[in-house]
Amino acid sequence: MELYEIVTYFVLLLLLSTALRVVTTTNVIHAAVSLVFTLALTAVLFLLLSAEFVALVLILVYIGAVIVLFLFGIMITRAPLGKNAELDNDKNKKAGAVIAFSIFLLFSYILINGFSGEIAIDQATSTQLLGEILLTRFVFPFEIVSFVLLAALIGGITLARKDEALIDEDQI
Amino acid sequence: MIVQPVLIIAAALFSLGIYGILVRRNAVMVLLSIELILNSVNINFVLFDAMLADTMMNGQIFSIFIITIAAAEVGIGLAIVLMLFRNRQTANIDEFDLMKW
Repeated sequence: MELYEIVTYFVLLLLLSTALRVVTTTNVIHAAVSLVFTLALTAVLFLLLSAEFVALVLILVYIGAVIVLFLFGIMITRAPLGKNAELDNDKNKKAGAVIAFSIFLLFSYILINGFSGEIAIDQATSTQLLGEILLTRFVFPFEIVSFVLLAALIGGITLARKDEALIDEDQI
Repeated sequence: MIVQPVLIIAAALFSLGIYGILVRRNAVMVLLSIELILNSVNINFVLFDAMLADTMMNGQIFSIFIITIAAAEVGIGLAIVLMLFRNRQTANIDEFDLMKW
């Protein structure tokens, strides 16, 4: 149990520092890579909370797909690679820090007053049970989400493809 | 596992995401900050699921749904950013000021 606590605090500390790096670094690629570390550490935290399936989904979907999309977006919008002092909007910096810090204080005040105690994790979650619940009690939201993904697919293609009128003009 | 440090770190991730949205100039970086916020909510859901020892595992199922929606959101968001970049030759959100007097 002692080792478990040490690992948990280490993961939380690393999580905070990598998340801080995502929003403060002046290098766009470093921000994306720091997000990879943040998500991987979140997956480790889920494993410590015995939520294996969610951890694996997080790794597959986020680190496997979403980060690749982000790197693609960074490359294709020709964001200046390497150090770039223009990445932050300097006149928003002070106001942003004040707003973010007050949100943090409010949330941590509410959460600390509302919840306390210790979680005893004695067994792993059954992924079989999770799948059964997902396809019985939550089958309607499951189908809705698949429809949302289809709509996002069609919408993404429609938005990102070139206008046909423009293509014709280019060919002439 | 003691609950409160995890809750505080999740709140810190949320506020860091808010800071990123307000401060970043590149639209892709704003989307990265939105991912941080969604991630902090996922941490809270899984933590409360473990804390309540929920037999129906509502928290884990909700976080799976959130991950799915986030993937769809990133796809659409990047398509919009791509579209804006094609029309304005920049991805800096403070230069998209067509609706500003």
